[in-house]
Amino acid sequence: MYGFEAMTFNIHGGYLEAIVRGHRAGLLTATDYNNLCQCETLDDIKMHLSATEYGPYLQNEPSPLHTTTIVEKCTLKLVDEYKHMLCQATEPLSTFLEYITYGHMIDNVVLIVTGTLHERDVQELLEKCHPLGMFDSIATLAVAQNMRELYRLVLVDTPLAPYFSECITSEDLDDMNIEIMRNTLYKAYLEDFYKFCQKLGGATAEIMSDLLAFEADRRAVNITINSIGTELTRDDRRKLYSNFGLLYPYGHEELAVCEDIDQVRGAMEKYPPYQSIFSKLSYGESQMLDKAFYEEEVKRLCLAFEQQIKGAGDKEPDVDL
Amino acid sequence: MERIEKLIDNLPPMDLMRSEKMTLVQLIIPVESAHRAISYLGELGLLQFRDLNSERSPFQRTFVNQVKRCGEMSRKLRFFKDQISKAGLLSSVHPVVEPDLELEELEIQLAEHEHELIEMNSNSEKLRVTYNELLEFKLVLQKACGFLLPSSNHAVAEERELTENIYSNDDYVETASLLEQETRPADQSGLRFISGIICKSKALRFERMLFRATRGNMLFNQAPAGEEIMDPLSAEMVEKTVFVVHFSGEQARTKILKICEAFGANCYPVPDDISKQRQITREVSSHLSELETTLDAGIRHRNKALTSIGYHLTQWTSMVRREKAVYDTLNMLNFDVTKKCLVGEGWCPIFAKAQIQEALQRATFDSSSQVGIIFHVMDAVESPPTYFRTNHFTNAYQEIVDAYGVARYQEANPAVYTVVTFPFLFAVMFGDWGHGICLLLGALKLGSFMEMLFGGRYVLLLMSLFSIYCGLIYNEFFSVPFHIFGGSAYKCRDVTCSDAKSAGLIKFRDPYPFGVDPSWRGSRSELPFLNSLKMKMSILLGVAQMNLGIILSYFNARFFRSSLDIRYQFVPQMIFLNSLFGYLSLLIIIKWCTGSQADLYHVMIYMFLSPTDDLGENELFWGQRPLQIVLLLLALVAVPWMLFPKPFILKKLHSERFQGRTYGLLGSSEFDLDVEPDSARDHHEEFNFSEVFVHQMIHSIEFVLGAVSNTASYLRLWALSLAHSELSTVFYEKVLLLAWGYDNIVIRLIGLAVFAFATAFILLMMETLSAFLHALRLHWVEFQNKFYHGDGYKFKPFSFALITDDDD
Repeated sequence: MYGFEAMTFNIHGGYLEAIVRGHRAGLLTATDYNNLCQCETLDDIKMHLSATEYGPYLQNEPSPLHTTTIVEKCTLKLVDEYKHMLCQATEPLSTFLEYITYGHMIDNVVLIVTGTLHERDVQELLEKCHPLGMFDSIATLAVAQNMRELYRLVLVDTPLAPYFSECITSEDLDDMNIEIMRNTLYKAYLEDFYKFCQKLGGATAEIMSDLLAFEADRRAVNITINSIGTELTRDDRRKLYSNFGLLYPYGHEELAVCEDIDQVRGAMEKYPPYQSIFSKLSYGESQMLDKAFYEEEVKRLCLAFEQQIKGAGDKEPDVDL
Repeated sequence: MERIEKLIDNLPPMDLMRSEKMTLVQLIIPVESAHRAISYLGELGLLQFRDLNSERSPFQRTFVNQVKRCGEMSRKLRFFKDQISKAGLLSSVHPVVEPDLELEELEIQLAEHEHELIEMNSNSEKLRVTYNELLEFKLVLQKACGFLLPSSNHAVAEERELTENIYSNDDYVETASLLEQETRPADQSGLRFISGIICKSKALRFERMLFRATRGNMLFNQAPAGEEIMDPLSAEMVEKTVFVVHFSGEQARTKILKICEAFGANCYPVPDDISKQRQITREVSSHLSELETTLDAGIRHRNKALTSIGYHLTQWTSMVRREKAVYDTLNMLNFDVTKKCLVGEGWCPIFAKAQIQEALQRATFDSSSQVGIIFHVMDAVESPPTYFRTNHFTNAYQEIVDAYGVARYQEANPAVYTVVTFPFLFAVMFGDWGHGICLLLGALKLGSFMEMLFGGRYVLLLMSLFSIYCGLIYNEFFSVPFHIFGGSAYKCRDVTCSDAKSAGLIKFRDPYPFGVDPSWRGSRSELPFLNSLKMKMSILLGVAQMNLGIILSYFNARFFRSSLDIRYQFVPQMIFLNSLFGYLSLLIIIKWCTGSQADLYHVMIYMFLSPTDDLGENELFWGQRPLQIVLLLLALVAVPWMLFPKPFILKKLHSERFQGRTYGLLGSSEFDLDVEPDSARDHHEEFNFSEVFVHQMIHSIEFVLGAVSNTASYLRLWALSLAHSELSTVFYEKVLLLAWGYDNIVIRLIGLAVFAFATAFILLMMETLSAFLHALRLHWVEFQNKFYHGDGYKFKPFSFALITDDDD
């Protein structure tokens, strides 16, 4: 926090700051994770978790547990706490917290649309959705046949509507289109979120622009790698990159013309923060890249969390099974 | 000196003064009698087990399966409790007490009950779903007809237009039945409808979605269902809305059906034909009433089962809780090498050894084990836990002390004195016998409320009694003085007594026998007189209490055989405090007794500034000047006395003791390094002189500065008492008397109400709290820092009586 920001911080953020600090004490520690590693059955895990903050969420589950139940209940805790904070937040923090849920919303929309395309049961799909990204008429997504309908029927009511305006076509939905839609949505969302954080200024702007830039770059790399060998043209690929981040604009030019993973690597290694990620991977390998990026992301989120600045503390490491 | 020491040694021991003597014991229990032995010990509740497996996580321990089973059982019990409260039954207040079941039996029983309940629930849920469907169908039928009739009229009207065009002669006069018959062609023309029911909260969004999906080519009719329908998931009653959508086209139909599905709207077909409608309505109604009876029977059956569970629920819960505690305790024990015995260690008070042994023997006998349980005392390295045997009365005061810190093992317990001094110091600040009586009534009536706060109705009781006492001394009853103990000692100079407040009064008889003379109230010199009285009293009380604290440090040093602490800490501290503030107290008392006009500020200040000067008119007794010089010198000597010798002697002792490794322990028979032998044994290797010296320096400086600041701190007794009496005077004079001055009943009542409100909330609640906190501070800081270490830990025996339901 800089300058006089700290002076008035507690007027609006004090209570939530206290809550976040409280949640920090409820996080599982390294010892907890060590003990969890030693668990042999799911009941052991339940027993161990019963001594932690997750206990009340698991205690009423009958004994033959499933991994999904544990994950579900632990996520439920996160969601409950997040919703509590969202209720307590005032502007602009509440908008900030809302923004964080939009990412889950996009994922959910894509999940339902893809699922419907492959004729899955809607209820089944709904259970798989992330609870933070739920909105009222999400089940109705199944009705839509093409993007225009999708927008006109359902999404126009959601906060995602402005992002969608860029990808309205009358084409029927297929896997390719959906993937493009997802990336277009994400691009618009990230750019909007970035603008919002810049508008807030101060510590939020600094920390969040760093995190968002990383996210944008990561997506750019993923888009590039996934689109190699598909019919996506270079220009279309170029359009999916977010217009900010470390790679913008010159890195994007290079990524847009990449034809294989090693070219991507060459383009990325010019950027020192990403050099370390790629240096861990052997040539030609793309499987481990996701994991390496994920680790880097978690590291950055942890650092942001440790700085204890408003809004930055909401991504809790969850139980990872 | 020796005679005094002998006298002190022969004093009868006080339970509360020193914590119970504890001993570390080891239990070697054969596996077959382990469970029984532990549960007997739990009933006894006098043994604190040490966790010998602390390096193992909970699921690696021996009896983890049993603990899991207990957890599972308590989950079932919670499920029963939940079901019982959902069914609106009260679990019986007087539970049936049955002989304890075996755990296995209970487990089977619980599993059976749970199975039965779940089956019943699922049955009734199935029935409930069918019932809901039928009910909804009925509602849709009822309401939808309302829309369909006019709409079919409308449709027919269109149709009629068509027919009119063709058969212009066919005019009107058509009966209702004819209309009904003619709806069919409308159907064929493409106008169709879907009817159903939806949650009221979703209806608006549903309509909007339909409108968008059909691009407005639909007609949406809705009506509230009137009845609330139970939502099978949350078992809550939900308001619903019946709707009918008219639309045309097959594509729209699939879309609408999908949207219905997405919104969780249930669609029911409504026949167009009225007679058919009636017939179906009749069928549905009869079905419904059948189902209703079945459902009711099911609920009755279920309630019966739940009630029978409810009879045992409390007993089962406590039993499972006990079993879990027993297994948790067993998990703290170690297996010995042969794997036939469990080895446990724990702390117990020495007096309880016989009881524990008896319980263990009983356990061996009851479990008909071949081998007895071995119970023997062990040497302890660490310091034992602190255990005071308290009763209802002393417990609250012990809690007040423990809130600051649990006493070190066997050190002097300030709670003994706190029992009296705490309420007394409170009352000095809260002295008003009117308010005291209110508090007393509160303590007698609202005892249960305070019990929640501090477990302290007895604290409140004593506080109120002392307040009444101090209030009588201050002669204040809601700030009004009373002539309880005879007449005032003062009277007016002349008969008219018009200028009593300005000219002053004359004394004409013996002093008022008890407390403050009522004539002071309202006189010109009221405040100076009361302030001087209360200020001096505060200093006397403070010096007395601080002296008590230092004397307690002497008892501590004697008890732990540390003559070093007596010689180089207790004695100089005593001298320092009393040569300055003890002397002040003496002066106060002399001044009170002789009625001298001497200025005590002047005496004290010039005692430091120019001790050799003549005191002049401020001399209170013969030989005061030499005495002052001697006292000042003593105080000056006391400071280096408490600072330097102790660390140097400690250093000398240490080097003596360890100059030859082999003779190490022999040299320490007389002087022990530390009051706590165990920690000394741990730390003797690295004797850090500078650390010890700095520590001692901090202590000495703290004491010297503390002597001044603590004495000043006791003046809060005066300040709060002044604030209290001034506040109550303001409320009495400026509110009650002012209102009483008007001859208007309404104003008087309002005045009375405001006075009562202010008295209750400001004087009785806020002032009580603040006086309580200040009394607490005086005890924790000014009194206890003279002797109290407070770094012990509490004795937490394994006891069934102490198991609370906080794990639920």
